[in-house]
Amino acid sequence: MPLALLAAEGGSGSMPFLIVGLWVLLLAVFLGIELIQKVPPTLHTPLMSGSNAISGITIVGSLLSLSSDYPIPGMILGAIAITLAMVNVVGGFVVTNRMLGMFRERPEVKK
Amino acid sequence: MLLPFAAVSAPKIELAYMVSSALFILGIKLLGKVRSARRGNSLAAIAMGVAMAATLWELLEAHKYSGTSWAFAAPSLAIGSGLGWWLAKRVPMTAMPEFVAVFNGMGGLASLLVAMAEVVLVADLSSRSPLAGLLQPATTSLAHHGGIEFAIAIAASVIIGGVTFSGSMIAYLKLAGKLNKNRFGPLGTIPLNVALGLLILGCSVWGCFVADTPSALWMANGLVAVLALVLGVGLTMPIGGADMPVAIALLNSYSGIAGMTTGFVLANNVLIVAGSLVGASGIILTKVMCKAMNRSLSNVLLGAIGESGSAASKEGYTKVKTTTAEELAPLLDAARLVIIVPGYGLAVAQAQHKVRELASLLEKKGCTVKYAIHPVAGRMPGHMNILLAEADVPYEQLFELDQINDEFSQADVVLVLGANDVCNPAANDDPKSPIAGMPVLNVWNARTVVVVKRSLSAGYAGIRNELFQLDNSLMFLADAKKALEDLVTELKAQ
Repeated sequence: MPLALLAAEGGSGSMPFLIVGLWVLLLAVFLGIELIQKVPPTLHTPLMSGSNAISGITIVGSLLSLSSDYPIPGMILGAIAITLAMVNVVGGFVVTNRMLGMFRERPEVKK
Repeated sequence: MLLPFAAVSAPKIELAYMVSSALFILGIKLLGKVRSARRGNSLAAIAMGVAMAATLWELLEAHKYSGTSWAFAAPSLAIGSGLGWWLAKRVPMTAMPEFVAVFNGMGGLASLLVAMAEVVLVADLSSRSPLAGLLQPATTSLAHHGGIEFAIAIAASVIIGGVTFSGSMIAYLKLAGKLNKNRFGPLGTIPLNVALGLLILGCSVWGCFVADTPSALWMANGLVAVLALVLGVGLTMPIGGADMPVAIALLNSYSGIAGMTTGFVLANNVLIVAGSLVGASGIILTKVMCKAMNRSLSNVLLGAIGESGSAASKEGYTKVKTTTAEELAPLLDAARLVIIVPGYGLAVAQAQHKVRELASLLEKKGCTVKYAIHPVAGRMPGHMNILLAEADVPYEQLFELDQINDEFSQADVVLVLGANDVCNPAANDDPKSPIAGMPVLNVWNARTVVVVKRSLSAGYAGIRNELFQLDNSLMFLADAKKALEDLVTELKAQ
């Protein structure tokens, strides 16, 4: 169904999702650039593995493609997508946590 | 999408997604400071949980999850989580670049599959339509089904997801040392990549706007997926092994962008927010890496270095002074400031704990130890930092290039451990050098430079390093771990 019709039933005024989505995209990109520019190089690897885990957000899409509207082949694709996305999500967060657990401040004496 | 989910979800579900987005943003923000990074990571994980819960809630409330759905979903969730957990727990810190590359690929492939599931759904609808082939031809192309933006978003998800997946796999193979070629037949050459790009564009137009029968939908979009996979290989192959920090950062960005486009397919803002945060993060890291090498992104992507210089690298060095642990021990014993410059060789030799041991020993003797970290040392951004963190080196002892470059002149000894190009004076002196203008660590200003290296071979850039023959340079030809062990033993004997 045309996404343009969503607006009427979705309650987002007269804006079709495309426009809402593009607004969100625009603001999120600027926000992302602001946030990430300040990250010190020490944290670049954890940032990368952490953001990598976040990119597993496609898990939401994978879950949706197992809804009963989808024919079996679609569900199979969705199931594989869930598996992959979960590896990405769980593995990414766990490994980032492990890495960050190793970062230590100098315990005692300052020179 | 079918009606109920194509719509922006019910307000309470939308609110849940909003909470999730806010947590993602907060999580990324906290990830940017050492003290709060761990909390940031946990917040992002919670955000993911909230998003998943909201989705399941929406599906359950609409009675959209049948027994079959659960039969597929439950084991997939369990297997994926289990596998991810297991991998994350056992990967060594030295293999982190490979690991991140593989995970990147997983996310990309998931985006591709989600978009393909939409194609399957639309194909199914066209075949189910009671009017199909009767009163009128079944005209359910992707664009007809969900609008032009829906069709384009699907094509974009398939293409970017596919390139991310196969590109990441090539990056993995290169990082793991299983692939050294920069091209395979025509694969990896610019003409083929351009041709693939055009073909993909053509097939996407066909898949989005023209194909309206199940078989045509399958064929067109399947073709786009396959071609995108090939293109990912072609784009990543030419990138050299030591340029992988750039490649991983870029692929990381792609995986975010793939998630973002999937957000447009599913009309879901949380995917757009999370995806663009990741996309921005990857792009910024890419920029940082390129700047650290004084090269443009296109120069890195086309793999221009590496090949050009490799011939000249074989020339011998004439006045290299080699040294041994016994000779070095007194030197280190008397040193008051030692700066350690780690490189990829340190990771290969798994010598991070030995470095720490040597440093502690020196500190006990009243010496100050600092670490100079070049932004592209290692195989991924921040690679050296996590290795040293694993060995319990306090992060306050790690210094960036700008912070420490002036201090080399005060250092008694600089210990270069498995690094090469990042401390090559040619970058400053020789305008014709392939790495001319690249910011380097000015280690030669120190009283003595000790280069621990397995051989005199060229570094990744394939160029000779005059540092090895400077008057104040000593070459310690050994594996980094072995060299450090010997140094520790000798130093203890002092």
